[in-house]
Amino acid sequence: MSPTRADSAVRIVVVHPDLLGTYGDGGNGVILARRLQWRGLAAELVEATSGAPVPATGDVYCLGGGEDGPEARSAAELAPGSPLGRAVESGAAVLAVCAGFQVIGSSFPGAGGAEHAGIGLIDVRSRKGSGRRAVGELVTRPDPALGLPELTGYENHGAVTELGRGVEPLARVVSGVGNGTEDGAEGARSGRVFCTYMHGPVLARNPALADAVLESVTGALAPLDDTEAEDLRSERLAAARRSRPGLWRRVVSRG
Amino acid sequence: MAARLGPAVGGLSRRLGAGGGGVIGGRVTLALDPSALPRLAAGRRSALVSGTNGKTTTTRLLARALETAGPVVTNAGGANLPYGLVAALSAAPPDASRAALEVDEAYLGRVADAVHPEAVVLLNLSRDQLDRINEVRMLAGRWRTAVSALAPSTAVVANADDPMVVWGAQPARRVIWVAAGMSWRLDASGCPACEGRIVFSGEAAWSCTCGFTRPPVDVWLEGSDMVTAGSSAPASRSSHSAPRRLTLDLALPGRCNRANAAMAVTAAEVMGADAERAAAALATVADVDGRYGVVRVGGAGARLLLAKNPAGWAEIFDLLTPAPAPVVVAINARVADGRDPSWLWDVPFERLAGRTVVATGERCRDLAVRLRYAEVAHETVPDLTGAVARAAALAPPAPPAAAGPSVPPVDVVANYTSFQSLRRLAA
Repeated sequence: MSPTRADSAVRIVVVHPDLLGTYGDGGNGVILARRLQWRGLAAELVEATSGAPVPATGDVYCLGGGEDGPEARSAAELAPGSPLGRAVESGAAVLAVCAGFQVIGSSFPGAGGAEHAGIGLIDVRSRKGSGRRAVGELVTRPDPALGLPELTGYENHGAVTELGRGVEPLARVVSGVGNGTEDGAEGARSGRVFCTYMHGPVLARNPALADAVLESVTGALAPLDDTEAEDLRSERLAAARRSRPGLWRRVVSRG
Repeated sequence: MAARLGPAVGGLSRRLGAGGGGVIGGRVTLALDPSALPRLAAGRRSALVSGTNGKTTTTRLLARALETAGPVVTNAGGANLPYGLVAALSAAPPDASRAALEVDEAYLGRVADAVHPEAVVLLNLSRDQLDRINEVRMLAGRWRTAVSALAPSTAVVANADDPMVVWGAQPARRVIWVAAGMSWRLDASGCPACEGRIVFSGEAAWSCTCGFTRPPVDVWLEGSDMVTAGSSAPASRSSHSAPRRLTLDLALPGRCNRANAAMAVTAAEVMGADAERAAAALATVADVDGRYGVVRVGGAGARLLLAKNPAGWAEIFDLLTPAPAPVVVAINARVADGRDPSWLWDVPFERLAGRTVVATGERCRDLAVRLRYAEVAHETVPDLTGAVARAAALAPPAPPAAAGPSVPPVDVVANYTSFQSLRRLAA
């Protein structure tokens, strides 16, 4: 159950970049592969475009954000005998972002708001939100069990996502919307499946999360020089703090 | 009253150094008189130009093409929201009976309702400013509504190579399909008609199993020639009878600008211009609102290129001075740029390997991380002037025999607001 693939290349599969890649999410695959290569480990990056079966032999699967129609298309193609499900059972990790997060759940709102079946890899349900679309900087505090620093990203989604039993949030919202539920949950985690609404790609700003995903299949990895990513993190975390409503706005809005 | 007060406020804004004056003047006019746009457009033969990329350039080319038939009013500065149009029309010379107007892609329907255009040019649709636009398909859907409401005589000049544009233009009663090309396809894989999958085959064919497919084209490019289908085209499409070939001898570089020119000439002809004279006039457009121009920034020469999304970048790589020449890339993420620069990950910056990229602008740190993962040598200089100076210092000297400055101008690729900042620095 603990596939350390030192003997062969770690295979990173970007699932349907032509349907689920609206927010540059393909970058997550590039980042994971480079971080392995920089440590002297062999990595293989596979782009599994729609219209053909997704390879079942991946070690990490990345799914990104997409529009309603393409999201439904992706779910329909992945559904029959989901190779993702089988791969996860045999030890692969998944990073599912935004629409990808919705697709691997049980259901999500398709174009026009009708409920659409997801592939049921984890027990989460997404529904159309009643308020405004969640758009903007998102800062969260991850599950302490992960031992990660604050996460920073950008979100842009209309749906609200409820987590089923046995599924933990990836993090709690510090500022922004996240899953849109009362409890301030953001994303989801179940074993080696990592989900988030932070698109971006999320791993560019959060190298520690990239390594957490990788280490879930490779075991412990040596540190890298992430000075530039740390500079970007500090800048975005500071920008999110500045844009939070100040006391005067809260007072005014209480009227 | 509103008609006079708007321009007066614009003049005041200019004198105070607050801006070009057009936008604030237009805002004031529109606030005082919400019907200003239809009133100012009435009696003019107008063309609207919309799309994600190439709006400003195509509008400029169209204005020049239309000038062969008489005076033209245009919003040359790229202010393409209703108040920008009001400002341009308010300042129009009284004899400008034709208008070439750039329109933000999300405002096409509203502006068309007000202006009653004679031609509508639809260039392309791709991811850009997603924090504001949300979905490319949503825009295409709004275009469908917009073109459905056009007068039957209005000609929609639309890019047949872009499935999103075809979906948006399809309900129009009169369409002239132009093979204007599409170098960025990743927003068009999911069929907008059925949630199926669009399959692209080769340069110029695409279709979905639901029957949604590339329409037969009326106008296409062969090298630098613009070819127009002949009389086999239904009368409702092209108005002339014989097949025709016009050479597009442009000062602007690149295939995308030849496509923009073909769209402009087609629209100009719809509006009564002679196609041959219109095409010939385009050779005189060398600089579009600063794009492709060489300016001095600090002490160094800079050639300014605009690229604000992956589709725009797809056209830029081939225009750059070859490696090892350094490149400055300037990235902001203000409202007009889109607040989220995630799109940097869709640009194949790996293609800049072999040179040093100087990352600058307010979001240079996002760019630096992208370049690190692309394994492209780079330096980060947040200040624009400092970045251009640094690139000039990195540039290989010109060969001794060459005339002119010893350091050639460095290529600066900027997104929207960083481009505007560079122009102001150069002014």
